[in-house]
Amino acid sequence: MKYLKDVATLEYDATRCTGCGMCLAVCPHRVFVRDGDKVRINDKDACMECGACARNCPTEAISVQQGVGCAAAVIIGFFTGGEPSCG
Amino acid sequence: MASSCCGGSNSTTRKSAKSSCCSQTLRPNSTESCSGDEGTAVASLETGVVADNIPDTRFDAPWVIGKIATPAGPVPQVATKLRFADTIGSWKCRWSIGRMDYKVEPGLYAVGTPDDNAPVLVTANYKMTFDRLREQLGGLNLWIVVLDTDGVNVWCAAGKGTFGTEELVHRIGAVALDRIVKHRQIILPQLGAVGIAAHEVRKQTGFRVIYGTVRAKDIKEFLTNGMKATEEMRTVRFTFRDRIVLTPMELVGTFIPLLIFLGVLFLWNTTGIGQYGPMDLLGVVGAILAGAVITPALLPWVPGRAFAFKGGLIGLIWAIGFLLITGVPVDPTLGWIKTAAYLLLLPSISGFLTMNFTGASTYTSLSGVDKEMKFAVPTMLFASAGAIVLLIISDLVRFIGGTLI
Repeated sequence: MKYLKDVATLEYDATRCTGCGMCLAVCPHRVFVRDGDKVRINDKDACMECGACARNCPTEAISVQQGVGCAAAVIIGFFTGGEPSCG
Repeated sequence: MASSCCGGSNSTTRKSAKSSCCSQTLRPNSTESCSGDEGTAVASLETGVVADNIPDTRFDAPWVIGKIATPAGPVPQVATKLRFADTIGSWKCRWSIGRMDYKVEPGLYAVGTPDDNAPVLVTANYKMTFDRLREQLGGLNLWIVVLDTDGVNVWCAAGKGTFGTEELVHRIGAVALDRIVKHRQIILPQLGAVGIAAHEVRKQTGFRVIYGTVRAKDIKEFLTNGMKATEEMRTVRFTFRDRIVLTPMELVGTFIPLLIFLGVLFLWNTTGIGQYGPMDLLGVVGAILAGAVITPALLPWVPGRAFAFKGGLIGLIWAIGFLLITGVPVDPTLGWIKTAAYLLLLPSISGFLTMNFTGASTYTSLSGVDKEMKFAVPTMLFASAGAIVLLIISDLVRFIGGTLI
């Protein structure tokens, strides 16, 4: 199952990557693949912005605007004027 | 608007407010889980001795079958077979009964007869999560550290930050893990990585975080394979069964809006202008089922990517079917105005409910949900408002004795 195309905020900076492979382990949608002694983004549209890769990257080579893809949260955020929030 | 994602609409827990979904805060370093009174309990636990004035209820749980002696005091040993009450408990949660207060006391537990070389697993204190884990561990000897996630499952709690670096570091100290085991590694559920920075945990506690599998059912194989996870074990799915078990929550969330809707129709009927009956109820209930159950169940096979579109499409199919059976061809007095109203209203209801299922799904991003809502919400609001205007026009025309076109 794939969600919308070209929306994910995931970014990867190969120059900071040490190839530790933490992102490969934590990504629940197999977005990264190993590429030589580093990694590369293989399937950006599969990214659900959970933020696990960025959180566990020791060299901050990955950034993503972490959030929960939940419409109810967006609605609540809209009415409370804050961030998308579910409870 | 209740959705089966993370939180719950009937929340009575200390932090969560009225809303239905996941996250209190999406900020990484949330300190939500640590309340002050707990801090004091921990201070005494850190010495390895449970002070008399702090009740340790871990041993009282019905699924605790024994005690394991350790240098840091006795540790409750848990059963790996679920009892009937555990099954009933899970079932009730699926129907949103007591879901926000289904918890395990945080702390250290033993499975089998672990020693100081035994592996250490970490999990959340949602009772259903704890049960899903322990039922997989029959025949193994290991430790389980239960974090205080306020009764929320691993993935959602990690998103909120309660299954987080801070709570993990604090719990490792609180249970004196360094005195329980000689090794310095802990196994976390892979989805916990959303809230945990492994390198930070190592820096602060000396324990190396190893991410296990997504699903508890693979953890045994992971352990016996020398802690190697296959790609399959590392991938989140959203199977038919995964989706179906979440639909009761979606339905429960529609009860109150449906009752309000029926109340309004009833009042409108008492004026003599409205003449709504069981057929109209059938149309709406059908749209609810189309959006909250049928579309989620058939999710991969329904065309389109946006959830609101998928739900709207199935809702439209329902509306056409419903109108062919009950509408103008059968009953010409219904009129084309009311028919048009239903073609707008029913797909909007279905689309909205499926859109809310994004919160229960395992693959939607916030950026994507934002994008689909920018189009879907105004569209559904317009369609519904138009439908209500058309229904009122239709009712008034009939009320003054006019002919329905």
